Amino acid sequence: MGNHSDGSPNHSGTVATAGQNEVEKFQDPGIPPHRLRLADTDPKAAKRAERQVALLFGISVVGTLIFLVAYFAIDLGAGESTIESIRLQNMLLGIGTAFAMLGIGTGIVHWAKALMPDHEVSEERHAIRYEEDRRAAVRIVDDIVEETGIKRRPLIRNTLLGAVALAPLPAVALFGDLGPRPDNKLAHTMWAPADGKLKRLARDPDGTPIKASDVTIGSAFHVIPEGLNELHEGKLNEKAKAVVLLMRLDPASLNPSEGREDWGYNGIVAYSKICTHVGCPVALYEQQTHHLLCPCHQSTFDLTQECKVIFGPASRPLPQLPIAVDDEGYLVATSDFKEPVGPSYWERDMHERSINS
Amino acid sequence: MSAASTAEPAFVAKTKTGRFTDFVDSRVGGSGILREFGRKVFPDHWSFMFGEVALYSFVILLLSGTFLTFFFDPSMAETHYDGSYVPLKGVEMSVAYSSSLDISFDVRGGLFMRQVHHWAALLFVASIAVHMLRVFFTGAFRRPREMNWVVGSVLLILAMAAGFTGYSLPDDLLSGNGLRIIDGVIKSIPVVGTYISFFLFGGEFPGTAIIGRLYMLHILLVPALILLMIVLHLFMVVVHKHTQYPGPGRNDNNVVGYPLGPVYAAKAGGFFFIVFGVLALMAGFFTINPIWNYGPYDPSPVSAGTQPDWYIGFVDGALRLMPGTLGNWHVEQNWFGFVFTFNVLLPALVPAGILFTVMFMYPWIERWITKDDREHHVLDRPRNAPTRTAIGVAGFIWYCVMWAAAGSDLIATHFHVSLNDVTYWLRALFFVGPIIGFVVAKRVALALQRKDREIALHGRETGRIVRLPHGEFIEVHAPLDEYKRYKLVGFESPEVLPAVPNEHGVVTRKEKRRAFLSRWFFEDRVAPATPAELEAAHGHGHAAVEAPEEAKSLSH
Repeated sequence: MGNHSDGSPNHSGTVATAGQNEVEKFQDPGIPPHRLRLADTDPKAAKRAERQVALLFGISVVGTLIFLVAYFAIDLGAGESTIESIRLQNMLLGIGTAFAMLGIGTGIVHWAKALMPDHEVSEERHAIRYEEDRRAAVRIVDDIVEETGIKRRPLIRNTLLGAVALAPLPAVALFGDLGPRPDNKLAHTMWAPADGKLKRLARDPDGTPIKASDVTIGSAFHVIPEGLNELHEGKLNEKAKAVVLLMRLDPASLNPSEGREDWGYNGIVAYSKICTHVGCPVALYEQQTHHLLCPCHQSTFDLTQECKVIFGPASRPLPQLPIAVDDEGYLVATSDFKEPVGPSYWERDMHERSINS
Repeated sequence: MSAASTAEPAFVAKTKTGRFTDFVDSRVGGSGILREFGRKVFPDHWSFMFGEVALYSFVILLLSGTFLTFFFDPSMAETHYDGSYVPLKGVEMSVAYSSSLDISFDVRGGLFMRQVHHWAALLFVASIAVHMLRVFFTGAFRRPREMNWVVGSVLLILAMAAGFTGYSLPDDLLSGNGLRIIDGVIKSIPVVGTYISFFLFGGEFPGTAIIGRLYMLHILLVPALILLMIVLHLFMVVVHKHTQYPGPGRNDNNVVGYPLGPVYAAKAGGFFFIVFGVLALMAGFFTINPIWNYGPYDPSPVSAGTQPDWYIGFVDGALRLMPGTLGNWHVEQNWFGFVFTFNVLLPALVPAGILFTVMFMYPWIERWITKDDREHHVLDRPRNAPTRTAIGVAGFIWYCVMWAAAGSDLIATHFHVSLNDVTYWLRALFFVGPIIGFVVAKRVALALQRKDREIALHGRETGRIVRLPHGEFIEVHAPLDEYKRYKLVGFESPEVLPAVPNEHGVVTRKEKRRAFLSRWFFEDRVAPATPAELEAAHGHGHAAVEAPEEAKSLSH
């Protein structure tokens, strides 16, 4: 049973073999006697198996035909293809391919199992490498290392290591243009007033502005900044930061903290819709409990506590957007968010401080 | 494989195939290879098919994926949909999503190929995972196969990478949210996270670069690496020859099975078509990833019950399980003016890191504890290595708890329980589950070993109740034949290996730790039955044992 040496100098050789000498062990009786199959003894059974294999191959042919008929008879290109016709074609292509493939596969396997010789044979396992090769390999590597002299000349070794360690840097640097520097792009959104004009809150996705009087108690709006839909470039980038949920509660149930008293209007408050966990849209509003729930990882925010996290993996409250009403009665953002929105990142705290300073 | 199956080496070719073989051989010199492989013996067992399933799924992925590349356009430029799917007509979307819809609705067989591709990808990762479980629980990773275990682990990671990059390509709402989560996870990396995110997406999320970049990874880099690893993997399988399950006539010095040509090649080759056929059935009947229902990616909407593909589930589940606040203490911390997003960083990296590190290192860990440096070609039945089996079950349960957590919302809605309770329970199971799994699996393995012993010594229950002359009822036990018995008794049962002093006569602290682990590993053991015990069992007045044949089975 091979070499039981564990390599330690005074090994006891007990690894896995204690109490298992030949006397106390059952002898290997060898490969069980071969049992003939029906097809080996009965020519009729063999013939039957042959016909079964042929039948399976025949089924494969039928499958191929089904596929071709389904492909050519149902033409998606011409006219309007309906969901029904696509579904039917998809199903028939599936059936056709399945029959074509399973026919061949089961046919071959049945052929192998029923008709090909099924004698189990035993073959010697050769050592992966012979003792002689093994020694030679070690010696060759040792010789190579020795002849380079790398062990005797640490100066060469160390400078080489240094050079090799630095050499990939240009390759890393090459990827520098994969993207721009982040700078403080994540700190600002489209809500910042442009040219002294406050941005109106608009409905997502059509972009119509929202009047404060439209927002009844208990209702919720998915909101984008006015002008987002007119952007030609980077629309989704802006949207990924600027989307907001607008809700109206009984003003008494809101408990604005110091400095946030005028961020809402008549119980109407707006919070960033981008989860502070990993950035999914916090799209579910539970009207009865005033909870906002992120469907991705179930972070739950309590609207009555300024969207504090009450459950789930998020750690920070949702950022609030300060809003007011303009002369025409439309809701507007009085400023950008007072902190970066969305998932946390390394420089986030720095950005928040610079926004508020 | 099957091309060689009809060939028969002959000195003077008399048959047509023989002449053909000789023609090719005398020009490319393949006779050596044919001699080596034409009749090479492969052991047969149903559990050896998982690796084959993985290989064949990959072939099917290459075939269906190549077809898809002819029609897919990985551009994120904006366009307005103008295909046959009416509900999305005129909707603004990316070219990538639009071309994915075209593949589904306007290319004949396109939907079918998409579904074959997606199902094959799911099966690919699944079969790799199951194959690795088989290898782990049977101890097939032991010397000389440690390196191949590592290559297999790399393949698992590559398969997941291939899956994820492909999943994101259609640029639909669901996969876009997946990318959003990846972006959030990347941003949580200290110091460089924001930069990596900007470099990956070519600026702010989502940008207009990511689909094209993932496309290149998905169709070129990752498959090339997978192919390379598969070649290495199979090369090593050939060098090592296949392992075999224990049984009569099988030992570490031989291979018992069927010759490659024709039986094994036919079975394995036929199996490819069966895998293909089953995938075709699934693609024909079961919708997978109906991107037209999700709509184009938009950062604002998201549907409830979002699920990643199954193999990413355990990471997503870990993200869900992590609490963001402990009481009033925020897991996310601002230190030195910078943000440490531990509520994302820990669950995203730590469990997967532990799983993969232990997975890669396990062959060496076990070798160190057991000091077993011999070559093993005969597999362990999982019950005969109770501690390893228990470790595997513990890891498996840990994985499954995280995986289940990825569906916490669906568990809550389907079983009408509170979502919060599901999360609390899974959080508890995250810690307790592996321990329970370890203990139970170890006890079950030991109990099965005892059952084997019982059967080997006293035979199997026949279900025949006999009443003895003095009125006692007994059940007749039938003795096993020596082949069946050998299967139950022919295994090694290693014992605890105490600490051994080194050459200076010192028992090092490391050696003490090893001895401690060795005790933990082998303390509970059930030794295989011995011939002496069998004799004693039969001498114990087992009058009811049919056809006493001690003499026959013990007269070696």
